[in-house]
Amino acid sequence: MHLELRGITKRFPGVIANDNVNLTLKTGEVLCLIGENGAGKSTLMNVLYGMYKAEEGQILLDGSPVVFTSPADAIAAGIGMVHQHFMLVPVFTVAENVVLGVEPTGRLGSLNIDKAREMVREVSDRYNLNLDPDAIIEDLPVGVQQRVEIVKVLLRDAKVVVFDEPTAVLTPKEIIEFFEIVKTLIAAGRGVVFITHKLKEALSVADRIAVLRRGQVVGEVDPKNTTESKIAEMMVGRPVQLVVDKKPHAPGEVVLDVKDLSVVDADGRTMVDSVSFSVRAGEVVGIAGVQGNGQTELVDALTGLRHSARGKVALDGLDITDASPRERHAQGIAHVPEDRQRQGLVGGLSVAENLVLTRYHDDEFSNGIVMDWPAAHRVAESLISEYDIRTPSADIEASTLSGGNQQKVIVARELSRPLRLSIAAQPTRGVDVGSIEYIHSRIIKERDTGTAVLIVSTELDEVMALSDRLLVMYRGKIVADVDPRVTSAMDVGLYMAGSRPISASNGIAS
Amino acid sequence: MSTVDSVITPLISAEQRKQARSVGFTLVVLGIVAAFVLGNRPGDAGFKLIDSYIFVIPAQPFARILALVLIALGAAQLLKGFGKWTNVILSIAAATFVISFLAWAASGGSFSLTGMLQDTVTRSVPIILGAIAGILCERSGIINIAIEGQLLGSAFAGAVAGSLLGPWVGIIAAIAMGVGLSAILAVFSIRYRVDQVIVGFAINFFALGLTSFLAARVLTDHPDYNILSPLRPIALPLLSDIPVIGVVLFTQTLFVYFAYLAVGIATWSLYHTKWGLRTRAIGEYPKAAGTLGVDVIKLRYRNVLIAGAVAGVGGAWWPIGMVGRFDQNITNGRGFIALAAVIFGRWKPLGALSAALVFGLAEAIQLKMSNLDTGIPSEFLLMAPYLVTLVVVAGFVGRSRGPKAAGQPYDAQ
Repeated sequence: MHLELRGITKRFPGVIANDNVNLTLKTGEVLCLIGENGAGKSTLMNVLYGMYKAEEGQILLDGSPVVFTSPADAIAAGIGMVHQHFMLVPVFTVAENVVLGVEPTGRLGSLNIDKAREMVREVSDRYNLNLDPDAIIEDLPVGVQQRVEIVKVLLRDAKVVVFDEPTAVLTPKEIIEFFEIVKTLIAAGRGVVFITHKLKEALSVADRIAVLRRGQVVGEVDPKNTTESKIAEMMVGRPVQLVVDKKPHAPGEVVLDVKDLSVVDADGRTMVDSVSFSVRAGEVVGIAGVQGNGQTELVDALTGLRHSARGKVALDGLDITDASPRERHAQGIAHVPEDRQRQGLVGGLSVAENLVLTRYHDDEFSNGIVMDWPAAHRVAESLISEYDIRTPSADIEASTLSGGNQQKVIVARELSRPLRLSIAAQPTRGVDVGSIEYIHSRIIKERDTGTAVLIVSTELDEVMALSDRLLVMYRGKIVADVDPRVTSAMDVGLYMAGSRPISASNGIAS
Repeated sequence: MSTVDSVITPLISAEQRKQARSVGFTLVVLGIVAAFVLGNRPGDAGFKLIDSYIFVIPAQPFARILALVLIALGAAQLLKGFGKWTNVILSIAAATFVISFLAWAASGGSFSLTGMLQDTVTRSVPIILGAIAGILCERSGIINIAIEGQLLGSAFAGAVAGSLLGPWVGIIAAIAMGVGLSAILAVFSIRYRVDQVIVGFAINFFALGLTSFLAARVLTDHPDYNILSPLRPIALPLLSDIPVIGVVLFTQTLFVYFAYLAVGIATWSLYHTKWGLRTRAIGEYPKAAGTLGVDVIKLRYRNVLIAGAVAGVGGAWWPIGMVGRFDQNITNGRGFIALAAVIFGRWKPLGALSAALVFGLAEAIQLKMSNLDTGIPSEFLLMAPYLVTLVVVAGFVGRSRGPKAAGQPYDAQ
């Protein structure tokens, strides 16, 4: 099937998400759509899938124009989509999720679940996806959940399959398996649109790469004749430094010492299981792992947001296991939380207010119970210029800034004071390439001044590049403690998936 | 450094520990009540099951033995905990406590246990139907706290239409009123995306205000608009001949049989049909259904309206199935108890049925107690069903997870 998007324009109040976009996709081809967050990739695909209605432009299938008013229309026309956030009902079985909307029925509309199982098994066997139709979605690893999504699409006989950021939640091993599946789809004569912001992946699977910036296609490139930095430059609009530039580290005394720490969630599941490690001054320790393996709970316990069930946390030899978040803050712990919208910022407060949010009660900003706003403003203005926060003024609501600038507000607030320990979770999630470069350089600078730094990230490339020492978390335990300079990403990926590399000489410590 | 092979010790969260502790305290408190209150009346209590058989319990020894067992169980729970058996033990303890309580109240005399159980089933009807209405809405992702208003409005419509045009028209009018009030909930929460709890609240006050006003203004001037003869119980052939059970379950009005049917159909439909799969999907994760081409908005409208019809029958129970007239605020919070039954029953029709029966039992006991001379103030007895609701929802339920998307408006874009 030949798919063509012609002159697609989609506006949201105040922004043009897609501006006269033209794209084509031929049968048996992988088209990679690359661009920064907010460049309009997902919007474009939602227009194609009938979720959004474009103000202008046409969709043509095999040369004839089609109009999709709902996903049902797009599905009927042979377009399938695997969304970035999986569209799976967590409490349903695989079979129930797959047949939702096209349920095989018996008498009186009764559900023929045996038939549904058979349908899943059939597609799963044909494409070698290895799925159990009766497994409950929430019990499955994300990689398997993604295969369920793929079966959903294949069962509806999609000729064009759109993958929206498919690798964001996968381990390196799962990513390789995923690329194999993409090859099978192509071999079966289907077209694939692959949306990503990861340069390496685009170069390795795409037949053609279209680069989106601010809603426009700024160019199409052939992956054979281009480089990562050229694509990055097209995405950002200026040359970008992709490699983290850092000097060898000089670790000092132990700052953070975690002993036998366990954290239990509200449902009684052990999320962090007897974890022990330490971080030294002037050292970046990275924690890699697939999302949901206890990293969130570990960070919550270290920053005082969650009680630990067992174990001890010490800062500079001082027991802080039961200290409140403010006490920890006062002792020099900075925290860049993983979810900036919910934990890092108050979207409805101004940039200036957010910048003094952890220090408003200090004498510097208050006289008794009265805030000293002029003082807060002075500090805010200087942070805005120092950390290069792009905002029209210090008084606008923080929620109106771009993701990258919101993150810079948090980084500025957290790092702009004398620190002993800096904890950053997913410091560059949803942040544009330009800001990533900046945030990484700040983190390294912090290390060089003698702060202990703990980085938690699901982006393997990021932790590998930043860390001086890399720990891997799997199912609540630390399963590896490696030197990222001498360990391959593939080996770390194996630890993340719960297995061990065959050549595990410097892997598991005991 | 911890390793993959280190020993896993089971840990429990602070919340679970707290809950386990409160169960232990509950058992001990029940034991103390059994020892000092229920154990203070000598005499045998007779429970009449069928005309020729009376089951006798010596009230005082029974209460004293129960007290010892309860305190022992409570202590064991506090010291060690029963783990997953906690709820089973608590249920058995509660049931035995109720029997002891009845024996205490009836000591030195006797009463018809069968009659009380029959009352239990009868009085559960509006709670069962209200709860089914709640389940249909919440499973589709719409919080329905307007059950009370729907029951009340339907009771009024059923009374007036039933008085003027006969009971069958009355039931149809009640259904129409239930659907109408549901339509308000549907339009405001689905189309205008207003907070569903607030819309529900508004409907409750609207129904209460309007029916009270009309009852005071219109019905008092025209008593003939508000008098009808309720439906008579129908003894089902064969089934009603079973001893005890026949009277309790199968010598009832059509409303009771409709409630059985509603529970059965709701269970089958939710778990074994295409409609049920889609309904559960839009209550858990509407976007998943939406991206597969299911019309979330339409299905939500449909389910909320069906729920209104079910609640309408529940409301008709008062004038047409029970008392033969409408009184101001005749539902008196049964809709909220139905809401509790939804949660206690974990959003499942059969669970809601059991919960409704517990509340129905509390009501039936309260009725019975006001006839027996127990010395408990009648105002306190009237409070009993609500007290049971409070205890059940706060104590037994603990953390129960409802449909994830309940309360969230769906945006197709």
